[in-house]
Amino acid sequence: MTTPALEVRNLSKSFPVGRGLFRAGRLVRALMPTDLVVMPGETLGIVGESGCGKTTLARMLVGLLAPTTGTLEIGGKPLDTSDRRVSSQQIQYVFQDPISSLNPRKTIRQTMETPLRVLFGMDAAARAARIAEVFDAVSLRPEFLDRYPHEFSGGQAQRIGIARALLAKPDIIVLDEPVSALDVSVQAQVLNLLAALKEEFGLTYLFISHDLAVVEAVSDRIAVLYFGSVVEVGPAAAVFARPHHPYTRLLADSAPVVGRPLARRADGAGELPDPLDPPAGCAFARRCPKARERCRSDAPPLATMGDDRLAACHFPD
Amino acid sequence: MPVFLKLVFRNRLAGAGAIIIAALVLTCLLVPVLPLADPDQTDTAHRFIRPFSEGRLLGTDHLGRDLLSRLLWGTRLSLAVGAVAALLAATFGTLIGVTAGYFGGRVDAVLMRGVDMLMAFPYILLALAIVAALGPGLLNALIAVAAVNVPFFARNIRGISAGLAAREFIDAARLAGEGHLRIILTELLPNVLPTIIVAVSTTIGWMVLETAGLSFLGLGSQPPQADLGSMLGEARPALITAPHTLVVPGLAIFVIVMSINLLGDGLRDALDPRLRSGALARPSPVTLIERAEVPAARAAPGFLDLDALDTRFRVGRRLYKAVNGVSLSIARGECLGLIGESGSGKSVTALSIMGLVASPPGVITGGAVRLEGEDVLALPYAALRSLRGRRVAYVFQDPLSTLHPLYRVGDQLTEAMRVHDRITDQEARARAIELLDTVQIPNPAERLSAYPHELSGGMRQRVGIAMALANDPDLIIADEPTTALDVTVQAQILALLDQLRRDRGLSILFITHDFGVVGQLCDRVAVMYAGRIVEEGPTAAVLAAPAHPYTRRLIDCVPELGGGKRALTAIPGLPPAVDSLPEGCAFAARCDRARDVCRTGTLDLAQTGGRAVRCLFPETTATEDRA
Repeated sequence: MTTPALEVRNLSKSFPVGRGLFRAGRLVRALMPTDLVVMPGETLGIVGESGCGKTTLARMLVGLLAPTTGTLEIGGKPLDTSDRRVSSQQIQYVFQDPISSLNPRKTIRQTMETPLRVLFGMDAAARAARIAEVFDAVSLRPEFLDRYPHEFSGGQAQRIGIARALLAKPDIIVLDEPVSALDVSVQAQVLNLLAALKEEFGLTYLFISHDLAVVEAVSDRIAVLYFGSVVEVGPAAAVFARPHHPYTRLLADSAPVVGRPLARRADGAGELPDPLDPPAGCAFARRCPKARERCRSDAPPLATMGDDRLAACHFPD
Repeated sequence: MPVFLKLVFRNRLAGAGAIIIAALVLTCLLVPVLPLADPDQTDTAHRFIRPFSEGRLLGTDHLGRDLLSRLLWGTRLSLAVGAVAALLAATFGTLIGVTAGYFGGRVDAVLMRGVDMLMAFPYILLALAIVAALGPGLLNALIAVAAVNVPFFARNIRGISAGLAAREFIDAARLAGEGHLRIILTELLPNVLPTIIVAVSTTIGWMVLETAGLSFLGLGSQPPQADLGSMLGEARPALITAPHTLVVPGLAIFVIVMSINLLGDGLRDALDPRLRSGALARPSPVTLIERAEVPAARAAPGFLDLDALDTRFRVGRRLYKAVNGVSLSIARGECLGLIGESGSGKSVTALSIMGLVASPPGVITGGAVRLEGEDVLALPYAALRSLRGRRVAYVFQDPLSTLHPLYRVGDQLTEAMRVHDRITDQEARARAIELLDTVQIPNPAERLSAYPHELSGGMRQRVGIAMALANDPDLIIADEPTTALDVTVQAQILALLDQLRRDRGLSILFITHDFGVVGQLCDRVAVMYAGRIVEEGPTAAVLAAPAHPYTRRLIDCVPELGGGKRALTAIPGLPPAVDSLPEGCAFAARCDRARDVCRTGTLDLAQTGGRAVRCLFPETTATEDRA
């Protein structure tokens, strides 16, 4: 069996709230203990709505946030973020807002040179050659290098963001809503570019988005997050077509599709539970049409659903 | 840099300050080589000589020393001390502020509480205490003045650094392998620098004043050394007999501090990005309307008709054609979808309807907006205002920014009613509860006293819709009302809008970039590209068989759920900038059907049956032979 590109065991994150200098605060669980495996060359899509913990998960994967519990292994070796020169070459990140991820007072060249200098200690000629190579790969014109971030459109800036991630020669790239700030016509350009780069450089992607259709179009497998927990994992083609978890079904039914009539009174109304006061059982029970007594008292674990799928539900579809 | 100077000099007072400061600094630099008397040379025989005497332009003081010479040497010293103190305070304040802001958490708490303690002492008392501890002397006064000003810088810089440290480019720098020191020096500091410069320039005046204060009390410069404060102090006993000894340094302090402060204000304004874009004036309550001619009314007026509407933005010498001859019509109870990408002019079209485009820079240069046949743009302000909210209401994309954060939801709802209706508190409250119930907010009576931040995004947008409904309007203009919401909440809001439309006979102009949403909600759809309508027709027909290549390709770009993993068709290139539109079809450069004829002349919106398209070679039927 091949070694997974990324393996996450029992990873969780809690944030203290209301803590003062002399006052201990309470803990809010942003991500419940989570297991994930991503194989080399695979694209794992992660979907969920705001507040489900997808950005917390992404930031822990690249070491921008320290996990509360759990381990992270890349290519079978634990990720050590204390030495960025190693970890940054293993896993990189592409940000949601392409413009604000670029320093407004640096030219693109200055921004691009930093990782090459810090991570590889390249000299000026080697840096210029490498930047030209990567710029060519993401089809950006070399004259862009001497401009400042505000001179770019969203789509161009996102190409620059992708180029910066590629400079570090990572094996894995975490894409955190990479196209949600872009117009649809540009969104398709960037998605196709990502697919081409993956082929060319043999990359592994974690693609995080709230847009179900986009995730489905780019992913091999999809994990659905709700209230800090993975509620369903499966092949992209199957998860939304034949959902096992009622929340996945609600998501799939809510996505606006041409020709599908609007529900008169939408099902699954109601909202996320209060993170300061999480419910005892299944977090989705209050919105779930199939919830029974057992759902409100004990939380369902992520269990195998016959085929290559997992779902956390006592009464799966 | 010349642009920057122009901005500073646009404010005449700041310009005057700049000139005075420049002259003063130059004079102070030249003092050692100027033919001046020795400032410390006493000559008691000629004490208290009046100004404008021969050889003594400003007279002499109580020891017969030349006042002009003392004034210039004193100004030189005071300015130098002020500048050095400001730089010292800025250096230490920035160090503390950047460290606290960047690291946050405990570091921030400890550092800033220390700064708070420093601020808890009255200002001058603290300076006095420092000088008392160190002993009198100009250097110690400088240290004291710098020390008491450190908190000002620390707090200022800390706020900005904390904001910057949370920005994504700092995270990106971390992922590029940069260490803390490098991030602070190369990423954070360049972005904080403009603020530091402005703060230093505005505080030098203060520093001069405070050092003068300490010297006046005898704690700063020691005799015979002259600085402006000690000159004042020494002149005090002769206040009545020889007022000029006091007036000369007093005036000098006034002029210095005043001109530095004026220049500082000018610098601050010049560095403000809002000023740079030319938005110096406040927007007027109605968009500027400069119409050469008003198009004739339609033969069969609908409920709302836009006839060849032109809205432009004038920014400097550039003219942005944001809305370019847009004609639309909405019937009673109809929902019209207006679809387009960012910059296509869909939001400006919506705002133009009630004259809500900010002026400057917006100008409506042509066309008409007719509500039941009446030209809205020709109405006086009072009449237009009574239409806003009462007959035509808006729902915006982000309810968090359109609801006032400091007022309770209920107060904002009742305020919306009171603008148009005189009603009692009880009536207003009852109607507010009813409205919240209409938009399906649970426990409406309780929610009236909630603040916007206490509600979730979906609940806030419901409140936004309730406010729009407050005066029972006939038309709701919804500008991307669900774009900021999660899909499950979006589905709820769309269902709500659809239900309201059917129950109340509302007309809706629904602006979006999402074909799925249009397909579910709208009867007809209009597609905008680069400020023009390129296609219009019944939603089902347009979505099933788009006639304009842009519509077709835009639909193809959007992945639909259930399609599985696949490559997407993209539209190459970018939309043209609306300040330099090409001749002919604006989409020609990106279109795979474009021919040479597409790039010449102007294209009309060709009407056939219920559909219209602005294209010479539309997608459907075999019309290709027309050229």
